Amino acid sequence: MLTYMLTRVFRAALTILLVMTFAFVVLRLSGDPAAIMLGPDAPTDSVDAFRAEWGLDDPIWKQYFAYLKSIAQLDFGISMRDRSSAIMLVLERLPATLALTVPTLLIQLGIGIPAGVYAALHRQSVADRGVIMLSIFGFTIPSFVMGLLLVLVFAVTLGWLPSGGQDSWRHAILPILTMSVGGIGILARFSRSAMIEVMGQPYIRTAMAKGLSWRDVVWKHALPNASVPIVTIVGFMVGSLIAGAVVVESIFSWPGIGRLLIVSVSNRDLAVVQCLLLVIASSMVIANLCVDFAYGLLDPRLRAKTTAH
Amino acid sequence: MTFVSIRDLKVAFDGVHVLHGIDLTVARGEAVGLVGESGCGKSVTWLAALGLLPGKATVSGSVTVEGQQLIGAARASVEAVRGGRIAMIFQDPSSSLNPVRTVGRQICESLALHRGLDGRARRAEAVRLLDMVGIPDAARRVDLYPHEFSGGQCQRVMIAMALAGEPDLLIADEPTTALDATIQAQILDLLSTLRRETGMAMVFISHDLGAVGAICERVNVMYAGRIVESGDIAPMFERPRHPYTQGLFDAIPRLDGTRNRLIPITGTVPDPRRMPDGCAFAPRCTKASAFCTDTRPDLKPQTDGRDLACFHPVAHQQTVAGEERRRIPA
Ligand SMILES: Nc1ncnc2c1ncn2[C@@H]1O[C@H](COP(=O)(O)OP(=O)(O)OP(=O)(O)O)[C@@H](O)[C@H]1O
Ligand SMILES: [Mg+2]
Repeated sequence: MLTYMLTRVFRAALTILLVMTFAFVVLRLSGDPAAIMLGPDAPTDSVDAFRAEWGLDDPIWKQYFAYLKSIAQLDFGISMRDRSSAIMLVLERLPATLALTVPTLLIQLGIGIPAGVYAALHRQSVADRGVIMLSIFGFTIPSFVMGLLLVLVFAVTLGWLPSGGQDSWRHAILPILTMSVGGIGILARFSRSAMIEVMGQPYIRTAMAKGLSWRDVVWKHALPNASVPIVTIVGFMVGSLIAGAVVVESIFSWPGIGRLLIVSVSNRDLAVVQCLLLVIASSMVIANLCVDFAYGLLDPRLRAKTTAH
Repeated sequence: MTFVSIRDLKVAFDGVHVLHGIDLTVARGEAVGLVGESGCGKSVTWLAALGLLPGKATVSGSVTVEGQQLIGAARASVEAVRGGRIAMIFQDPSSSLNPVRTVGRQICESLALHRGLDGRARRAEAVRLLDMVGIPDAARRVDLYPHEFSGGQCQRVMIAMALAGEPDLLIADEPTTALDATIQAQILDLLSTLRRETGMAMVFISHDLGAVGAICERVNVMYAGRIVESGDIAPMFERPRHPYTQGLFDAIPRLDGTRNRLIPITGTVPDPRRMPDGCAFAPRCTKASAFCTDTRPDLKPQTDGRDLACFHPVAHQQTVAGEERRRIPA
């Protein structure tokens, strides 16, 4: 189990490194920060001074190693824009993003899984058809369309909720709703099919043949087995939540790390973008890591496989 | 003394009828065989009786356990019969156990439900049961998961679980089909020993007529969703009357090794969606007349005490010793 965990952690670290390297290269090749920061009409000597100051004239491999070295010393660089610490800029914005993503995740889990399980246990019922239809609707509509639709209905037409900003909890409602819909759809669909699959297994018939009540069959025998595929999909969703916040934050002018990312990318504020990507990549990788460990806890067969390695 | 009585049991899946009115009884303490080719409805009969079929199945008829009706009964009253009065073990032991619970917990569940045991006594009883069904080192292995047992051991665990409820009747649905020959014999031996010790009744579902002959006192032969012949084991083995029963016997490999005696029944089981009008076996029957293809024979009591559904039963001039066909498991 320990070697299994170590290899997983090692693989996770490697993934993050790859993402960072890729981002580093793409960012350096896709535009000159000096031109963007200083404007197209800046005098050549001030451009040269800027490039020299930020080491932009060095060959890319040299810049890359300098970057790795500072990361290793937990120095994440400073913003080219206002020279404040890049990591501090990101951390300042993180709570705002978490204020959207955490409730979103809870809503997705709280509605998606029960809806899917209920539909699976009442197949062909009106509720089942409703869940299928709504879940397809939920995950096929892109979040920006959903966001605009909600703004149109609840902010513009009905005037019940504000359409943007971060002044009160009421401002969070529409962004959270927008983010939740897709995940609820995916989770409902996955939970439903996982549960249908499990309910058709011979061991469920055995549990019923024993004389267990329907409730116990579902709670003690079906759900623990269905939870393995469900956890997989939850892992994916958690990983993509922060990435998904980028879109929603810009629709609703929510000052989280998503907005910061968009601003920093268009400014070519390299250190800040790198830092943000590090946070986003880490959140995905950590989510996957948690899923791997959860597998071991949920399924003894996987546990056995991992100790054998 | 009838324990379970099934009358005119019919089952359809999405409108396709697979059981066309099954009548059978099981008395207290007796062992009854249920034989027939794959797909004839042996499993469905008992799954329907216990309400274990998926929701898309429509079930009608009557199944009574000491007078208590199960078909259409409230869920709770059917649950009270399952496991405690009638237990069932299945064809594929490995996938019939829940992979994420230890075998001990799965047995303990039955013990809590039917015997009200808890704590240390319950665990001790689980270990005793595992020991009784022949799991070596039961005290340690009670905490293992099903994937840590072989197929034969999983079937033993299933048997232990069934015994945990101290049932009056055990339905053994092809308990050895998925296992290899030596293990088959061991499981059959275990089942007949347990029956002798506990005095419970048993329904033994099988393709293996030899095993049925060794274990059971009576046998029902099923074909395409109907019982075509039933009666006491010895006369059935000596003088099978239905051509289908005769065919099943001819298809058994003989111990004396004379290969030419192995005569398979020609043709295949009819598709449930396209049942012949008359006798379902007529298209494969060497004795079938035009009457057989038009009119369906009902299962009728015969003068020799058995029930038979055939217009042209086998007349017995040639006698093959019935004893020879009854293989005693090792
Ligand atoms: N869940 C189901 N859905 C649809 N049809 C089914 C279902 N279960 C059984 N059947 C059909 O019912 C018929 C009888 O099946 P059953 O499982 O009782 O056969 P069996 O006699 O037990 O065969 P075997 O010896 O292979 O176990 C078959 O035609 C089968 O296709
Ligand atoms: Mg079967």
